[in-house]
Amino acid sequence: MQNFAEELRAALLLILSGDPDMWSIVLLSLRVSLTATVVAAAIGLPLGAILAVTRFPGKQLVVIVVNALMGLPPVVVGLTVYLLLSNSGPLGVLSLLYTPTAMIVAQVLLVLPIVTALTRQIISELDGEYADQLRSLGLSRMQTVPTLLWDGRFQLLTALLAGFGRAVAEVGAVLIVGGNINHVTRVMTTTIALETSKGNLSLALALGVILILIALMVNAAVAATALRAQRFSHA
Amino acid sequence: MRDHVDPLRTDWAEVAAPAVPACRVAVSDLTVTRDRKTLLNIPTLTLEAPGPSVIIGPNGAGKSLLLRLIHGLLPATTGQISLTNPSGGGAVKQAMLFQKPVLLRRSVSGNLGFVLRQQGVPWRDRRARIAALLAQGHLQTRAKQPARSLSGGEQQRLALVRALATGPDLLLLDEPTAPLDPAATREIEDLIRQISASGIKIVMVTHDLGQARRLAAEVVLLHRGQVREQAPTDRFFALPRSTAAQAFLSGDLLR
Repeated sequence: MQNFAEELRAALLLILSGDPDMWSIVLLSLRVSLTATVVAAAIGLPLGAILAVTRFPGKQLVVIVVNALMGLPPVVVGLTVYLLLSNSGPLGVLSLLYTPTAMIVAQVLLVLPIVTALTRQIISELDGEYADQLRSLGLSRMQTVPTLLWDGRFQLLTALLAGFGRAVAEVGAVLIVGGNINHVTRVMTTTIALETSKGNLSLALALGVILILIALMVNAAVAATALRAQRFSHA
Repeated sequence: MRDHVDPLRTDWAEVAAPAVPACRVAVSDLTVTRDRKTLLNIPTLTLEAPGPSVIIGPNGAGKSLLLRLIHGLLPATTGQISLTNPSGGGAVKQAMLFQKPVLLRRSVSGNLGFVLRQQGVPWRDRRARIAALLAQGHLQTRAKQPARSLSGGEQQRLALVRALATGPDLLLLDEPTAPLDPAATREIEDLIRQISASGIKIVMVTHDLGQARRLAAEVVLLHRGQVREQAPTDRFFALPRSTAAQAFLSGDLLR
């Protein structure tokens, strides 16, 4: 236990000292996961909303598949993206393997089903309430999509934060496609895994503390959003 | 015991002088059947009174269903509903107010601005239009508040002026005051009177016989999906001709 206390003390000192190497890892983590979340949002929000308001044969099946993909194992995504981007793979010519871009691609694939499935659920519920009124006001089904997305904005933000939380905490996919290269593709989770196995526990712990702080901030943001949402949706 | 619709059509020119010609709703051979049950069966019904036409009847009589059919939210099994402007000018624009107002999760002005934008009102004209609508609904002080934080009466007033923002010829109201207290009900009724006087045809469903008496130019009694009586308000309450209307007014009409 004494060992743990010492390591924790060293870790906190490391955080406070503003070690540039450590912070560059944190920043890369945030950059990769935030970019992945933004890209997933740009695709998943409209996709989920359209899935919610349209009817087509096989829709139920699509919904089930998207919901199931929420639990996609990161290592499987990493492996798939690796196979696509490796030199002998179909997208090998792009030379993206072991770059932050490859990590973003992998995380987009992880976050997209979460954003799409949660968006469909949120918009579907809102549509149940709004459908007659919006039709009465002369909107076609597709025209209702932007309105529903805007009116569901607070809940949808929660969905995006959930997606970001998954991306930033994930290790399997970024490790496989990023390669954990120092100063290039090393992010918080992969560094923790590596430094722990090397015995450099203070750096691993420091990053662990920061990761938990980020998780706390994300949850605080969710709670604040929920409060604001209540103000607007209070019926 | 089969009541029949009073075949004598009312000559509205004798009963009341129409202020502004309002639009006319004509229903013919209308039936709605779900799961082999006939929910609505109206061989013919014309709503052309110069004031509000108020539809009353017990729960499950098909009142809301009729409004939704007129509004085009539901398809009829058979029959037709035609809407005509007496002036002959273009298609009839209609708006509907639902039992529970569906306000967008935006500010009060935001709710009005949304409809105006939807109607193609240019951006620079919207502010003035919003201000006028707020004034009409006595909601000037609420403009920036989230719409859903308003009181029940205020919400329904907002929903009402928002419906007006679409510039309707026909306004359908589905129990607009059902959950409101007497003061809020009165405010809504005043607003409905103003709207009717401005030449917009109102077709309204209510459970409140007092409200029907106060607002209606004519009353239509629906029972089990059929029109049992249609009459000018005074006559309906003074001399109901159908046994269904007599029973309904004395509180004896069961489902």
